[in-house]
Amino acid sequence: MAEMVKKATRESYGIALTELGEQYPNIVVLDADLAASTKTAMFREKFPDRFFDCGIAECNMIGVAAGLATCGKIPFANSFAMFSAGRAFEQVRNSVGYPHLNVKVVGSHAGLSVGEDGATHQCLEDIALMRTIPGMVVLNPADHYEMKAAVKAAVEHNGPVYLRLGRLAVESFNNSDDYHFEIGKGITLRDGKDITIIATGLMVSRALKAVKSLEKDGIDARLINLHTLKPIDREIIVKAARETGKIITVEEHSVIGGLGDAVCSVVCEECPVPVVKIGVNDVYGSSGPADEILEKFGLCESHIEEVVKNVLKK
Amino acid sequence: MEQTEKKALQIAACKIRMGAIEAVYSAQSGHPGGSLSAADIIADLYFRELNIDPSHPKMENRDRFVLSKGHTCPGLYAALALKGYFPWDELKSFRHTGALLQGHPDMKAIPGIEMSTGSLGQGVAAAGGMALAGKLDQKSYRVYSLLGDGEIEEGEVWEAAMFAGHHKLDNLCWIIDNNGLQIDGPVADVGGPEPIDKKFEAFNFDVQKIDGHDLDAIDAAFCHAKTVKGKPSVIIAKTVKGKGVSYMENQVGWHGKAPNDKQYQIAMQELKTVLSGLEAE
Repeated sequence: MAEMVKKATRESYGIALTELGEQYPNIVVLDADLAASTKTAMFREKFPDRFFDCGIAECNMIGVAAGLATCGKIPFANSFAMFSAGRAFEQVRNSVGYPHLNVKVVGSHAGLSVGEDGATHQCLEDIALMRTIPGMVVLNPADHYEMKAAVKAAVEHNGPVYLRLGRLAVESFNNSDDYHFEIGKGITLRDGKDITIIATGLMVSRALKAVKSLEKDGIDARLINLHTLKPIDREIIVKAARETGKIITVEEHSVIGGLGDAVCSVVCEECPVPVVKIGVNDVYGSSGPADEILEKFGLCESHIEEVVKNVLKK
Repeated sequence: MEQTEKKALQIAACKIRMGAIEAVYSAQSGHPGGSLSAADIIADLYFRELNIDPSHPKMENRDRFVLSKGHTCPGLYAALALKGYFPWDELKSFRHTGALLQGHPDMKAIPGIEMSTGSLGQGVAAAGGMALAGKLDQKSYRVYSLLGDGEIEEGEVWEAAMFAGHHKLDNLCWIIDNNGLQIDGPVADVGGPEPIDKKFEAFNFDVQKIDGHDLDAIDAAFCHAKTVKGKPSVIIAKTVKGKGVSYMENQVGWHGKAPNDKQYQIAMQELKTVLSGLEAE
């Protein structure tokens, strides 16, 4: 099966979860009154006995997930990222992370692309929060096929996982269900020698367009898709630093504690080169259609191109 | 309950109190007040109620106990040591660097601990998950969780209560150690959780109020809870904080303070006198 599809990763997640429910009878899905939005409603329809709505009570939901995991279940605990990773952070840390339980914490509607809901719902801190929890795997898949593969990898991984989902439909750049996904292994989407762009999640497809456009201007940019924020692929980052000498990170997240900082800490320790972070610069988001808001905050191809050109001028 | 059975539980409760004092004294840190108030409840659970086997701590259909008020683990650790989950001497390195017995329960390291707790309100939420798993798998095990009357000021406790009541988790039994004191003073002055019984009735719980130091009453309450269908149970156990050590009883200052050498001697002497009395009868 090979086709370009345009789907939000939350939808790809719902499809994958429902498919995997067949194969893994221990998967149990919890939601906090957002099943239609987080797309767990698909699972609910097919496996009503293994779906539990916890109501608008995310902290308890994480605890219930932890208790289920102690009994051998593979619970997926779902809400918007703001609430599963944000509101329930301490529950995730103490009831899931510390006992290293096999709970999959899912943060849907992450980042600015929630759009109209505005700043209260635009979670720009989830990656930072989840990265600080020892033993937590942090995944931020970029398109339909990658999301499907990531959900499977999360199920097969025995331990806590945070999975970030987006609301905005995104054109797939991968094109097969056979797509190979390995937790902790970044993917070089385009080789290049002038500069490296490292992107994650929604920003990967935008960075890919930017790279194609830069090519026309004679700029040979490498593009790395870092779908796993933790454990981070040190090897691919260090190689890029050595071979291209300059790095730009692109994320739909605060520049504090996310992809950019994670890359910086690797580069600082192993091969210091300039790193410029594109992300949300320590401010809150605001309401508006997703594409307009992303553009407003510089999370678009044209801004990526502009930053690349500026860095190369220096 | 037979007199001999009751005496065995009284002896266990006294030893749990001694173990809790031993642990807190050795660490020069920890929480004696709530360990002592819950000692009779813990004794009844571990030496009568729970279907558990220390030689098979992960037995699939075992009953689960979650100490939601995780800070009172000195009493729980003493019970686990008495049951044979680990040597009694481990109590003497409680809270020490590199020790098995962490300041709050750690399920990864400590045999017999079903859930890592300590952050208040979280244990009961996990207990709800365990009860739900039991329902899903049609298992007969029961899940018990002990929480403090100060702890129920946490919002998550009421999220967990709503969940348990809504999902009719009749394999779940909460026990509230209603000793009336929390760090900053009487619970009535600090957070005002009363009326506790009315709140739980409203959350679709079967509610019982007992004297938490009366082993016959504790036993009867657990027996009744097992007959309840279609709703979870809560046992509100009226207790005395610091019970069993004269100078600690009803003293809020002993919530989280270790006895000095002299206080330790007095506490152990008082408990030893009780123990000898029970053993001599």
